[in-house]
Amino acid sequence: MSVTYEDAITRYDPVLGIEVHVELGTRTKMFDDAPSPAGGTEPEHANQLVTPVSLGLPGALPVVNGTAVEYAIRIGLALNCEIARSCRFARKNYFYPDIPKNFQTSQYDEPIAYEGYLDVELADGTVFRVEIERAHMEEDAGKNTHVGGADGRIHGASHSLVDYNRAGVPLVEIVTKPITGVGDRAPEVARAYVQTLRDIFRALEVSEARMERGNVRADVNVSLRPTPDSPLGTRTETKNVNSFRSIERTVRFEIARQAGILDGGGSVLQETRHFHEDDGSTSPGRVKSDAEDYRYFPEPDLVPVAPSREWVEEIRATLPELPAARRRRLQGEWGYADAEMRDVVNAGAVELIEATVTAGASPAAARKWWMGELARTAKSQDVSLEELPVTPAAIGELQSLVDSGRINDKLARQVLEGVLAGEGSPEEVLTARGLEIVSDDGPLLEVIDATLAAQPDIVAKIKGGNLGPIGAIIGAVMKATRGQADAGRVRELVMERVQD
Amino acid sequence: MGDHADLLRLSAADLAAALTAGEVSSVEATRAHLDRISAVDDDVHAFLHVNSEEALASAGAVDDARSAGETLHPLAGVPIAVKDVVVTKGQVTTAGSKMLENWVPPYDATLVTRLREAGLPILGKTNMDEFAMGSSTEHSAYGPTRNPWDLGRIPGGSGGGSAAAVAAFEAPLAIGTDTGGSIRQPAAVTGTVGVKPTYGSVSRYGLIALASSLDQAGPCSRTVLDAALLHDVIGGHDPRDSTSLPEAAPSYAEAARQGATGDLSGIRVGVVTELGGEGYEPGVRASFQAALAALTAAGADIVEVSCPSFSAALAAYYLILPSEASSNLAKFDGMRYGLRVEPGDGPATAERVMAATRGAGFGDEVKRRIILGTYALSAGYYDAYYGSAQKVRTLIQRDFAAAFEQADVLVSPTAPTTAFPFGAKLDDPLAMYLNDVATIPANLAGVPGMSLPSGLSDDGLPVGFQLLAPARQDARLYTVGAALETLLLDDWGAPLLSRAPELEVKA
Amino acid sequence: MSTIDSAEVLRLAALARIDLSEAEVTRLAGELDVIVQAVATVSEVAGPDVPATSHPIPLSNVFREDVPGATLDREAIMSQAPEALDDKFAVPQILGEEA
Repeated sequence: MSVTYEDAITRYDPVLGIEVHVELGTRTKMFDDAPSPAGGTEPEHANQLVTPVSLGLPGALPVVNGTAVEYAIRIGLALNCEIARSCRFARKNYFYPDIPKNFQTSQYDEPIAYEGYLDVELADGTVFRVEIERAHMEEDAGKNTHVGGADGRIHGASHSLVDYNRAGVPLVEIVTKPITGVGDRAPEVARAYVQTLRDIFRALEVSEARMERGNVRADVNVSLRPTPDSPLGTRTETKNVNSFRSIERTVRFEIARQAGILDGGGSVLQETRHFHEDDGSTSPGRVKSDAEDYRYFPEPDLVPVAPSREWVEEIRATLPELPAARRRRLQGEWGYADAEMRDVVNAGAVELIEATVTAGASPAAARKWWMGELARTAKSQDVSLEELPVTPAAIGELQSLVDSGRINDKLARQVLEGVLAGEGSPEEVLTARGLEIVSDDGPLLEVIDATLAAQPDIVAKIKGGNLGPIGAIIGAVMKATRGQADAGRVRELVMERVQD
Repeated sequence: MGDHADLLRLSAADLAAALTAGEVSSVEATRAHLDRISAVDDDVHAFLHVNSEEALASAGAVDDARSAGETLHPLAGVPIAVKDVVVTKGQVTTAGSKMLENWVPPYDATLVTRLREAGLPILGKTNMDEFAMGSSTEHSAYGPTRNPWDLGRIPGGSGGGSAAAVAAFEAPLAIGTDTGGSIRQPAAVTGTVGVKPTYGSVSRYGLIALASSLDQAGPCSRTVLDAALLHDVIGGHDPRDSTSLPEAAPSYAEAARQGATGDLSGIRVGVVTELGGEGYEPGVRASFQAALAALTAAGADIVEVSCPSFSAALAAYYLILPSEASSNLAKFDGMRYGLRVEPGDGPATAERVMAATRGAGFGDEVKRRIILGTYALSAGYYDAYYGSAQKVRTLIQRDFAAAFEQADVLVSPTAPTTAFPFGAKLDDPLAMYLNDVATIPANLAGVPGMSLPSGLSDDGLPVGFQLLAPARQDARLYTVGAALETLLLDDWGAPLLSRAPELEVKA
Repeated sequence: MSTIDSAEVLRLAALARIDLSEAEVTRLAGELDVIVQAVATVSEVAGPDVPATSHPIPLSNVFREDVPGATLDREAIMSQAPEALDDKFAVPQILGEEA
């Protein structure tokens, strides 16, 4: 039975659960000193960034990367979590070619951080609180490439090629409690939650947090129940959803799909699913016969991590300002109204405006440029503001040309057009295009005198005390100078001439 | 050959002194041992691989450095054998398993690095029960090692190769590893000395792990001083092992030299009630009592101590070891190195190739313990088995703590029996496991233990005497051990090994 | 405590990824049943108030500086692979894996 999302959401209450993995940007891996591909080392070859530890060779032993622990604590604190007084690593045992030891070193019943929350702001300003169950440390797996098979699809593949460069990269996994009460905003909340996390990872400088590189990956759990009072329904887990848009689409698709099953009297199968970028659908993943029996036990090769309270407080004291707090502070400093600030945030212009203000522009002017002319340009070219070929410094320079009276707003737009066309800095465009406001009164007076001479009756009215028609004179002068004259100066000169 | 024979019977300390004095070169000493291996190892089968070329090259380098007047480590130039569970860069390392038949590790274990840096030529890799699971070397995939005292009997295990190599004068020193007695029990049944240091005293980096929380590498030798000298080389903190003890260790050789005076006045020696009596052969008990008498005569106070939880040690051990081993040995799957076996029929998927490889590559004992460990960790059983066993560990530690309130060292026979004939216990895993009943508590608690010969049993085979000390007090083992060795040597007139039958030398 | 029969051995062997012959399954079931009965006594030894000991010598906070070290020689590791291609380990097809 096919059901649309819009229809499904009127009859079912969705419950979400999101697990986000973030690759930490430490220089080395979680348990060995191999350079980490998530920490700035680009490998030239497969299996280059490996030691006996990350290759899982017989005899190798793990040693915890202290910086990774610090990053994990930073994340835990930013998510308002408790930091464990003592916690341990555990082995999660399962066989798979991309995990070289055939167990993943993770944390099981003793995560480093637990019981936190994150306030997520939606596009319309609604704030939604997501409860965090835990954040724990673990290691990433290697990468499989599938080769062979006539159509390149995996079921026809003859073998896989494994590269362990990524094996052992430090991960922090953040697990939410069931997210309830989101109703028809479920897809939006899921997306905003992961986006907010991404911004936090960047602000904390614990990861480059580039979705497209797989630095941040989300597993999205969705279940439906008839009403918010009903017990939780059976959930599905869609693995490795790797863009904000995909997260939103996954939730929409699963809600509609599960509603279809439930409407038909069926029951949802608890399973792992995969998201398909091309059509926005999900499909069942591999069935692991032993998925439920990971035989966890405390990792005997590692000793407990027991962060002292002094260390935790030191880390807390040096946490950078988080994105939400920063937005509140900037809004105050800039004097924007709530709606204005929200538009700025939604347009992704906070950093751009901040840099433009730093370059000397007033907050109002900076907002005017980025949310006006530049936003229009970006929209027409279907690119983000960040992708426009103009820097905040250039916008600051442009605005200073306006503020100093060398150009007016209209000319400034022409200068910007030149900057965007790659003609150089605002100053260079100004010079090259000869757009500077004419400030030498001589040529201007000639134009004014000629204009006045052509309009004797208007001159008479002005002399008679009726200043109304002066605009017509100024307009004619501006037209004759192709807008390069400073309108204010023109007015002054006209008054002088008339009163002479 | 006459000169050779003398060289072969020297202790490592005496050989080192001869090397330092320039009376013999390392190349000569190394060649003498390589010749001995060629002559007797067809019978003994202590070695899985002999690295003649490399050993002679490093011996030559030591000789050159000595000629050039460089300051060398006291043991520089003394050859050594290394148990095949320890990885050696560029030298095949199999852990006694078909799974790693031709595996050449790309790195050295930390203790191997320390041997190389100290200039000890590595003669080769010694035989062992597959992945160190066993007490007889009968579980080696490459055939058992034979006891030099009686080639029809087991040399102990898992490190039977290292003990036999030392007992057969194929090497003055060897490296062993001890998870439940694999250094001490072979030492006992071959009339040699073996030490399991405090857990964390010797780096585990590069030891193919059996049970991570129990494994510890240590020295095998013919004298207590030699064991101490070797412990000094391989011990000490290693940042590559998270469980490595951070503090600096004292000189164990110094402790052994102090003890060699034979004076034990004021030392309290605790006899552990639970590690003796029923189940221990009369000849073993007699030898043990004779050693106690010698200690008493030297001024030691003998006290009886009880460690009631030790009765649960074997059960706890046979849950913890298989559990950790089942996870440690998961990496052997035919994907990255070692054996790969295709399934007999059906599609060769990764999953099926792994299972086929592990089915073909592991021997019976390894399979038995992996299945047992998988069971113990499996959902629903964890608390009852692994969890309970870890609690027993706590009780055993408490027993040790209480016993060490009453005594400076604890003592027991190392093994309940002398060397038994091949096949005697192969079909009865539980009987085989009972060999380790006296050695296992030390591994569970992490405390150091030593086995040294206390004499011969009524069957003419050597008996081992076990000394146990508190954690980090390994020096006490060497002091008391060296004292007992001096006392017994006075009594015997010649080292016990001189009473072993001469091995047939093949040209 | 449960007993170990052939079906249980087969379940465990699948979890542990070990192919066993029928004869091995039968023999292991018998042996393991005896061993498990013998070791099962551990659950009766320690009361609930006894803490578990996972490390014989207690240590904590053993950390490594975040400084890159030497990596393995690629030639040395790839030469040990049962099968390799383009500096990668070639493994048989992985069932059910997404492309």
